[in-house]
Amino acid sequence: MSLFFLLLLPFLVGLVMAVMPTRARTSLAGGASLISAGLTAWLITLYPLVRDGQVIRQTVSWIPSIGLDLILRLDGFAWMFSVLITGIGALVALYARYYMSPADPVSRFYALFLLFMSAMLGVVTSGNLIQLVVFWELTSLISFLLIGYWHHRVDAQRGARMALIVTGAGGLALLGGVIVLGHIVGSFDLDVVLGSGDRVRAHPLYAPVLILVVLGALTKSAQFPFHFWLSRAMAAPTPVSAFLHSATMVKAGVFLLARLWSVLSGTELWFWVVGGAGAATLLLGSYIAMFQHDLKRVLAYSTMSHLGLITLLLGLNSPLAAVAGVFHIMNHAAFKASLFMAAGIVDHETGTRDIRRLTGLWSRMPYTGALALVASAAMAGVPLLNGFLSKEMFFAETVFMTSQPWVERGLPVLATLAAIFAVVYSLRFGYGIFFGSPATDLPREPEEAPRWMRAPIELLVLCCLIVGMAPSVSIGPALAVAALPVVGGVLPEYSLAVWHGFTAPLYMSLIAITVGIAAYVRIRRHQRRGHLQNAPVIERFNARRLFDLGLLWLTLWARRILKVLSPARLQPQMFAIIAIALLLALLAARDLPLAWGEREQLPASAAFVLLWAIGMACAIGAAMMAKFHRLVAITLMGGAGLVTCLTFAWFSAPDLALTQISVEVVTTTLFLLGLRWLPVRLEELGVVASARTRLRRARDLLLAIAAGTGLATLSYAMLTRSAPQSISPFFLERALPEGGGTNAVNVMLVDFRALDTLGEITVLGAVALTVYALLRRFRPAAESMLAPRQQRAVPADVGTDLVGPTTVEGVARGYMGVPTVIARLLLPVMLVVAAHLFLRGHNQPGGGFVAGLVIAIAMITQYIVSGSRFVEGRTRLLPGRWVAWGLLLATCTGLGAITLGYPLLTSHTAHFAVPLLGDVHFPTATFFDLGVLFVVVGATLLMLTAIAHQSLRAHRQPSVVAAPVAHVEAP
Amino acid sequence: MSTLVTGAITFALGCYALASILVIVRLVRGPSAQDRVSALDLLYFHAMLVMLVLSIGHRNDVYFEAALLIALFGFVSSAALAKFVLRGEVIE
Repeated sequence: MSLFFLLLLPFLVGLVMAVMPTRARTSLAGGASLISAGLTAWLITLYPLVRDGQVIRQTVSWIPSIGLDLILRLDGFAWMFSVLITGIGALVALYARYYMSPADPVSRFYALFLLFMSAMLGVVTSGNLIQLVVFWELTSLISFLLIGYWHHRVDAQRGARMALIVTGAGGLALLGGVIVLGHIVGSFDLDVVLGSGDRVRAHPLYAPVLILVVLGALTKSAQFPFHFWLSRAMAAPTPVSAFLHSATMVKAGVFLLARLWSVLSGTELWFWVVGGAGAATLLLGSYIAMFQHDLKRVLAYSTMSHLGLITLLLGLNSPLAAVAGVFHIMNHAAFKASLFMAAGIVDHETGTRDIRRLTGLWSRMPYTGALALVASAAMAGVPLLNGFLSKEMFFAETVFMTSQPWVERGLPVLATLAAIFAVVYSLRFGYGIFFGSPATDLPREPEEAPRWMRAPIELLVLCCLIVGMAPSVSIGPALAVAALPVVGGVLPEYSLAVWHGFTAPLYMSLIAITVGIAAYVRIRRHQRRGHLQNAPVIERFNARRLFDLGLLWLTLWARRILKVLSPARLQPQMFAIIAIALLLALLAARDLPLAWGEREQLPASAAFVLLWAIGMACAIGAAMMAKFHRLVAITLMGGAGLVTCLTFAWFSAPDLALTQISVEVVTTTLFLLGLRWLPVRLEELGVVASARTRLRRARDLLLAIAAGTGLATLSYAMLTRSAPQSISPFFLERALPEGGGTNAVNVMLVDFRALDTLGEITVLGAVALTVYALLRRFRPAAESMLAPRQQRAVPADVGTDLVGPTTVEGVARGYMGVPTVIARLLLPVMLVVAAHLFLRGHNQPGGGFVAGLVIAIAMITQYIVSGSRFVEGRTRLLPGRWVAWGLLLATCTGLGAITLGYPLLTSHTAHFAVPLLGDVHFPTATFFDLGVLFVVVGATLLMLTAIAHQSLRAHRQPSVVAAPVAHVEAP
Repeated sequence: MSTLVTGAITFALGCYALASILVIVRLVRGPSAQDRVSALDLLYFHAMLVMLVLSIGHRNDVYFEAALLIALFGFVSSAALAKFVLRGEVIE
């Protein structure tokens, strides 16, 4: 079976689960855990293939031109991680069935859960560094959605955002590091990279690579100084924490460090950066965990400290330490996942996670208590449990390492201290909440959890026990397989045994356990009296506050820069755009002087010159009137547009003329609709412009004239040349034989360049939806909320036909009687014109775009003469659906070609004989064109009616209107 | 095409251009909004006639359709403007 199956199966099933019934807990959980368990079983059967350092490698060509392939690569280390991910995934999926409440939308949970599993498997099996980063970011994104699963809760929102910002930023650093690394090695292929460790370490760019990659790893694994996001991420549902924050996502950081261990480690810099961060986190995490009161927070800080331990082991530059790190990854996953699940059961059954309120639960839930006790003993490093073994290996490494004297002496002390802290918080979790007098003020009456909710924990705790008692038989082979690729070929000597005799590590363990128990008793006494509620000394250093401050600072500066680069006022922006364009054009003119071409010119016709004089008069007039007389400006612009349309027709471009005239009408209507809501500018107020303002206006005028003249000159220079490189002959020649139509413009739009058109109509649809969404919440300025002057001028009680502007029938029956009759008669006529333009479009001027505009205008005409209530009372237009159906139709037409084995959007022309009509040719591009038509109709109607509906809302809010009435009518 | 037709076309186009110049005076000077709306309507009317004449000149019947569209949309445009002048909003 292909390795890609490993990634695709959870991914596809996750997508299917997203659309399943939201409350089908049992079937969703069953599906998710069965799939994960099946993948685990399959992976275990692969064990013989990855034994002895062998690698399974599968490649799919991705972008061969730049040497990028999709590579899946399963060596022993990746195999071990994959088993962890799928195995713990199966258990957590089963557990979540009972944890999630019937009211939670669990289909979203399981869909994201499986998608996350797929992404995480992608991280560990990537054989290409770029690909690894892509999956890496994917895990950050999906974990954002999972942490924010209860998105109505503020803490979930904040926790999710913080996790995304920290891990996402780390991923960005990692991408940078990977690119530099690929540059050094000359390939992004992991096998090549793993084989060139000496070259990387000797390269001058080694330090930047190391820092960037380690930044990515430390952020992901919540290492100091990026540790703060993990405790906030505890707002996630507990199954998410059990899966992401114990076994998988946070392990991705240490996975990366171990993955690149043979390439990057072995230097002083590696020791200080990685080992330093690990040591700091180890101590800090375990110290803070002692003083937390939230069960999950205790676990979060302990996870941090255990990850710190692994990081420190990887940072020690010794192969033996790396093996111990890999071992601890496995052990930690087992006991921490079971502890998270136990914490979830306690929370679920008692309704609180506050350690101060939870005591004496043993009598109510003995099974859960026993499981939690064993798992926390493993966390504390008690002998005969798995945590003890890897911890002992860690102690041995700290004792026998060689470095500077103070490090050699300090590290064992630090390790013992952290182990003492670990014993204290383990006791608080495993002992404190289950023993003592039974709690009486719990929010819920606790009872034992359901059988199958405990089963996953039982299995994991069993693993802890088996590994702890018979390590070399149970975990030995798997550890050897997993650790071999990390250390790069040769495994160091190590012994997996419970008893090594009376050695220094054993004494350290014993010291940690005895001192830890004593410290726990003292701390508990103090905490009962209300002391030591926060971690002493460091409670004042709040990393989260620093993070918030940093974010604030970032936003502030972003805003300041934005203020300079993108001011809210239109005038400076336009000035900058035009000035820069002009400047660039002038610079270009220095190299390439302007010269007229020699193309043969048409003789000027007096009528045409006059026509253009009219057009120019209209355009200049519109610009002059735009400030105080907007309606006049709109009318004049209509004139200018009409002249443009005539110009197109004059020079034999009738299809452009058709489009121009349709767009012209829609634009006029749009402006008029908007004009209704613009507050009036009164020239009579006589505001005198200051000298500075007048100077600025003169400057702008000069710039406008210069840019306009420049553009006109350029156009003239272009038009006087013939274009030998033109692509138009190409399309003209091929339109009929290859596109099946004589109208080259339309054939280009729906066939040759159909992908562009598809993109354009998608953008059009998106813009229409955006306009609609923005206008739904838009409220006009208070001074324009008032009904227009003309409507107010008519007293309500006068019996003319102008009465009743707000009744459904009023507008249509009243003064608009005659235009209404004409407009309604015109509706079928315009629809016939549209049908004609559409059907003929492939061979002669026309097509879906113009036809769509004509239909939209036909409908808008009805709105104008009859009012929106009248129209919408009689038809359900649903422009949004038009857009959707249009896009669907166009896309399906394009995809149809793929199903028949042709490239996307290939058109086919069918010829068949129809009775009465004769020979008909019918290209499939017609369906595509129909899609364009639908989108155009939908988008135009959606935008125009969205503005039109403002009038209806305005009338509904008389209280807002009341205030300005007196003010306006006073003079 | 006979000289007569060519001459007639040139003459007709010239006349429409002159007429449009007169329209433009109304369009710019007003004085009332109603004057301007009527002027624009007349301009559309002229444009439609120009299209018809161009159709004869170019011997291409597509221009007839352009003329038809101008006639249709001229009505819509004038109706919208008229509605705005009369009621202060285009779609109630």
